[in-house]
Amino acid sequence: MVEERAGAFAKRSIKTSAKLAGLKLAISMMDLTTLEGKDTPGKVAYLCRKALQPVEPKYGVPPCAAVCVYPNMVKYARKFLGDGSPVKVASVATGFPSGQYPLRTKLDEVRRAVGDGADEIDMVIDRGAFLDGAYARVFDEIAAVKEASSPAHLKVILETGELVTYDNVRLASEIAMQAGADFIKTSTGKVQPAATMPVTLVMLEAIRDHFFATGVRIGMKPAGGIRNAKQALAYLVMVKETLGDDWLTSDLFRFGASTLVNDVLMQIVKTVDGNYQGPDYFSLP
Amino acid sequence: MKTKVTARKTTGRLLPAKSSNGHPIVPLRERRLNFGNKWDYAPAPEESKNYIIAPRHDLFINGQFVKPHSGKYFPSINPATEDQLTEIALGDKADVDKAVKAARRAYDKVWGKMPGRERGKYLYRIARIIQEKMRELAVLESMDGGKPIKETRDVDLPLVAAHFFYHGGWADKLNYAFPGRTPRPLGVAGQIIPWNFPLLMAAWKIAPAICCGNTVVIKPSKTTSLTLLRLAQIFQEAELPEGVVNVITGVGETGTAIVQHPDVNKIAFTGSTDVGKQLAQMVVGTGKRITLELGGKAANIIFEDAPIDQAIEGIIAGIYFNMGHVCCAGSRLLVQEGIFPTVVRKLRDRIQTLRLGNPLDKNTDIGAINNKPQLEKIRELVQSGVDEGAEVVQSHCPLPARGYWYPPTFLTGVTASHRVAQEEIFGPVLSVMTFRTPEEAVERANNTPYGLSAGVWTDKGSKIFKIVSQLRAGVVWANTYNKFDPTSPFGGYKESGFGREGGLQGLAAYCRLD
Repeated sequence: MVEERAGAFAKRSIKTSAKLAGLKLAISMMDLTTLEGKDTPGKVAYLCRKALQPVEPKYGVPPCAAVCVYPNMVKYARKFLGDGSPVKVASVATGFPSGQYPLRTKLDEVRRAVGDGADEIDMVIDRGAFLDGAYARVFDEIAAVKEASSPAHLKVILETGELVTYDNVRLASEIAMQAGADFIKTSTGKVQPAATMPVTLVMLEAIRDHFFATGVRIGMKPAGGIRNAKQALAYLVMVKETLGDDWLTSDLFRFGASTLVNDVLMQIVKTVDGNYQGPDYFSLP
Repeated sequence: MKTKVTARKTTGRLLPAKSSNGHPIVPLRERRLNFGNKWDYAPAPEESKNYIIAPRHDLFINGQFVKPHSGKYFPSINPATEDQLTEIALGDKADVDKAVKAARRAYDKVWGKMPGRERGKYLYRIARIIQEKMRELAVLESMDGGKPIKETRDVDLPLVAAHFFYHGGWADKLNYAFPGRTPRPLGVAGQIIPWNFPLLMAAWKIAPAICCGNTVVIKPSKTTSLTLLRLAQIFQEAELPEGVVNVITGVGETGTAIVQHPDVNKIAFTGSTDVGKQLAQMVVGTGKRITLELGGKAANIIFEDAPIDQAIEGIIAGIYFNMGHVCCAGSRLLVQEGIFPTVVRKLRDRIQTLRLGNPLDKNTDIGAINNKPQLEKIRELVQSGVDEGAEVVQSHCPLPARGYWYPPTFLTGVTASHRVAQEEIFGPVLSVMTFRTPEEAVERANNTPYGLSAGVWTDKGSKIFKIVSQLRAGVVWANTYNKFDPTSPFGGYKESGFGREGGLQGLAAYCRLD
């Protein structure tokens, strides 16, 4: 039933005004991401500028929610965006993407990233420990990172492609939320499959149950594999119909993506102007 | 919900007013989901103006559309707007006689003697034309019956084509279907179908009948004749020999005339238990074979070890699919007591996200109630539930001003002695009851004169096997609901009828096994 239900969201037909509003919302929820070994301050500058102003102002498109970079790039992102920027700086951390590092170095990494100006920390869980059944260790690590990352917001990446089963995803979601996650996030983008609709649905359902149990609203971030506007709208439909209007905000829902932004912009421009423009009319992040 | 109130966990520990992500911690009593219109979907209607509906529809006899003997026609309306769609011929005894004669002639001269491999080609051809015209048929089905286009497009029509394909496959293999037996056709089959799945029920009846070499006289329900007549045009296009399938539209008496016609060899009926009983009495002593697919009051059993969010989807699919106009609808929800509050809360939230309205809108989940008498029956039964002390929970969705509409509804505080727990409502209304042990669940599930279907939800495989073998129902779904396939026999126990449709068992109902 998980796949069937997830498939039903993708069948919603989002047209005209709803499409435009949904696509602008999607831009405002985007964590524009670059996570490459070859990242440089120059590349991060491209990303930051794109996040601040994704397209010409006449289209009324809001800035993206955040840029998401490696810890070494945080200080550059902070510098380009300045303090009090509407675009947040998010940093992956804790031995991203594998998480197979000593806790001490993970915590050190987190503290440095926050010290360099990260508003948000995207940590990875230790999947080896999880699959080994060492759930308490997974919990304790998240709790320790939470403490080290404060006051930055903590997103906890489950890497669902390595957890494989829905039962595992559900359990890992619960552990992460109990241990102090502000967001739970599907994937690093380095493992296939990354975010899928059914996996995200399982996590949204866990968030829903956590809300009724504790009164705390946890955010959700699917990351990797969301490449086009139609997919983004399907995710928004899923959020709207699973958690309701309160979660339709960048405070509680994010897209982690590197190539999604221009496809969404292309659709926005098409909806406003009535005709498609080629990819060269949209600046690269 | 910006509030400074602090919430107390069950441990008694005081929680801060805000969680670390800056959102207020919502006190227990204020925890609810908000399904508002922050981001609403714009209308997304399926294109319908290219499909022309003739102002008047005749009978289909001997491969031709002919005027009714009576010269009378009755209006067919769109239940979502109450506008007249067309006029349908009122067939009488004389028309039925003409149709049965045509069917007999086709049986004797052409169809009954045709090799199975040749009959199969016609079935395949029909299936392919249905696929080509799927969008048109789905639109017409929605306009004629009030069903949401999402369902006609994604469920009804694909299954219609699948039934013709499946039986096309059997036509040349019938001699291998029943080892040691030789199947022979029965002759002329008289078939009467209901309004809830007009084309699909026609496919369930016509495909196995003509696959086995029988010829057909079929009558659709008074409120949903349109798509079967469109299917008759497809038979013409497929050059199905004249008289193999005849369509007589009309009312109850028209159906009676088919059942009472002396030259009909087999009766197949899907519809209400009351009518089914009358028809069964009519054929006593005549030598006619009969299969009946009648009402139901299925139990959908949710154990506390079930995946609850998945079960909620199964409950929704079970009762709100096709506005609950489904004989196998999971209309009695049996919830294990420990999870009752959770299930009710989740169900309450879930029905708020069902979209009711224009059946042709691609985002519509709940269409129109098929006809006015049915709407009145639903209202009357829900009122009886209220009078007997049940609590009504309904979706807040606005209902259109014109047409026949009923919001998704469930009733709590229902016991086995309530009318709403016993009678088939045939609408989007669920009766929620509780049980304590697996034994009680089985006992309560079987405590009904019907026995068409049931559902079981648990993550424990051994429990599924144990419960399923104890349920007296023709179809039992485990961790899913309302799944149909031409290979799977469908039919009931007790007052839900006898005989099976689909699969090998369904074929056997249209053969004499020598």
